[in-house]
Amino acid sequence: MNADTVILILVATITAGVPLIFSALGELVVEKSGVLNLGVEGMMIVGAISGFMVAAESGQLWLGVLAGAGAGMLMALIFAFITLTLMANQVATGLALTIFGIGLSAYMGQAYSSVALEGIKSLHIPLLSDLPVLGQLLFSYDPLVYLALLLFPLLVWFLYHSRGGLVLRAIGESPTSAHALGYPVIRIRYLAVLFGGAMAGIGGAYLSLAYTPLWSEGMTAGRGWIALALVVFATWRPGRVLLGAFLFGGVTIAQFHVQGLGVDIPSQFLSMLPYLATIAVLVLISRNAKTIRLNAPASLGQAFHREVH
Amino acid sequence: MLFKLQPRPQPSQRMVWLSPLLAIALMLLVGMVIFTLLGQSPIKAFHAFFIEPINDMYGLGELLIKASPLALIALGLSVGFRANVWNIGAEGQLTIGAIAAGGVALWFYETESLWVLPLMLIAGALGGMLWAAIPALLRTRFHTSEILVSLMLVYVAQLLLSWLVHGPWRDPDGFGFPQSRQFTESAILPIMLEGTRTHAGIWLTLIALVMVFVFMRWSVVAFQMRVAGLAPRAADYAGFNAKRTIWIGLLTGGAAAGIAGMNEIAGPIGQLSMPLSPGYGFAAIIVAFVGRLHPIGILLASLLMALLYLGGESAQMQLALPAAVSGVFQGLLLFFLLATDVLIHFRLTPTWGSKA
Repeated sequence: MNADTVILILVATITAGVPLIFSALGELVVEKSGVLNLGVEGMMIVGAISGFMVAAESGQLWLGVLAGAGAGMLMALIFAFITLTLMANQVATGLALTIFGIGLSAYMGQAYSSVALEGIKSLHIPLLSDLPVLGQLLFSYDPLVYLALLLFPLLVWFLYHSRGGLVLRAIGESPTSAHALGYPVIRIRYLAVLFGGAMAGIGGAYLSLAYTPLWSEGMTAGRGWIALALVVFATWRPGRVLLGAFLFGGVTIAQFHVQGLGVDIPSQFLSMLPYLATIAVLVLISRNAKTIRLNAPASLGQAFHREVH
Repeated sequence: MLFKLQPRPQPSQRMVWLSPLLAIALMLLVGMVIFTLLGQSPIKAFHAFFIEPINDMYGLGELLIKASPLALIALGLSVGFRANVWNIGAEGQLTIGAIAAGGVALWFYETESLWVLPLMLIAGALGGMLWAAIPALLRTRFHTSEILVSLMLVYVAQLLLSWLVHGPWRDPDGFGFPQSRQFTESAILPIMLEGTRTHAGIWLTLIALVMVFVFMRWSVVAFQMRVAGLAPRAADYAGFNAKRTIWIGLLTGGAAAGIAGMNEIAGPIGQLSMPLSPGYGFAAIIVAFVGRLHPIGILLASLLMALLYLGGESAQMQLALPAAVSGVFQGLLLFFLLATDVLIHFRLTPTWGSKA
């Protein structure tokens, strides 16, 4: 393997990690507020088709990205209303959101499976992009990649250095005390869930508008579930979410290059790698039950009603 | 807000049974709105969706063929769900069950024997259990989330099937299609109703129904599992075995899904092919909830969900709507059920006239 191939693989790894960064960081905020939304896969895939449809109809790729975010938020709103206002079981509602989203996206996308789209192009920054090695490694991506990387410091600042982040985390730890202190538990959880939906929607739109600019049924292929696993893997810390996303990006890319190295393994087995890696990583993290218990937001997955507590 | 939710002193038993009916009514109402928005006459669309598919004997047979795996898998899952064991990978367990049973059918390809079908049944059940044992083992030994593991294994199982039907098990006379050989008669379930495709697999579902009913009604283990689901700390205190709950919950679901997989390939499909199921493993989760995790409720819910599948196919043929419409209806049904469930524990009270 020569240096060019290595750079190519690294660049592909970064791009493959981007949809996971968006949706996993979004879910991280949701879970920090004490809500477990298992509907990430559903929100992603509806974001993917909504973004694609709007971009194909309007010719505006960025309008598509916005549409993806909006569609993700609408999906999240259904979840928020059922779990936060009506206090339904979050696990079941999240599953329903995914089943609904997969059906809805297939339905919406029926007419779009043979539509070609140009896709969001990589930026060409004068001088910087032309640098040898570094140019390709650092300055050859489409704007959404930089947006994902920008999201990370913003989120760290919000969660750990802002008042809003403190309130959000307090609500995730103890909604009852936060409520007693006068914080609007339900309203803040709504905002967190909607933010998570928008991020999952953008993650989905990234797939259909930049990563592989086309629509095919079920194209998220479990990435929403991997994003959920990433949050556990990261023990609810944003830095490790980022690391994990690139790790999984690498595993996804590895399957394309193993065969190139002359290893004769059927493609199906290579395609299993991301899912098997997810399981392996979950085992490694979860085997110490204490880490999970200490780091998971204490009220994760529990409904809150101010007159019941 | 016009209404406010007030906790009921006692959960309403009436709403436990009324809320699924309310959910169905709301689903139909929203369906009507969707059809109108799509420019269809709602009456025509409803006829195509809910009446047309079952207005003859053949259609009723199709309803049973689709309801049977849904009920079977949901029955298995409900055992775990009652104990808060979330096996959501039944689709993968169905696939592995079908692979194991299909392997038996292909192995005995040249054999004419009454033993082939029972062997396939056992292989199917064991295959499903094996696949469900992975999340059970990882959960009990390493505290790994069974939700995520069982789900990841769905993708692994489907890729395994894809490899088999593209590679070693591909029909040599199949013109390159990704499918195995057609099973011979010994490996095909007999038809039960003349003029339909209804096969003997429905008996297996009915047996499972009785077994789960008896298990839940009279066994101590089921009681302990339910306590573990409702109040984990109380169960701990009483010394109930939490690991056993996880194992039983997952293995029951796996066995049921594996048998459902065997039924599919030995029934309507008659070979291993891609894809095997239109998402029965996921739809069964909805069936289990809409059926209130109760065997009789599950039976009724499975018929309703099967009708949604058939309606989707009929809407595709008659109204040129995509078959995926049924997924939308299935999701809506679960949403409305979860939403109306709030009325079990809360009362809707108008906010006017009272001090809010």
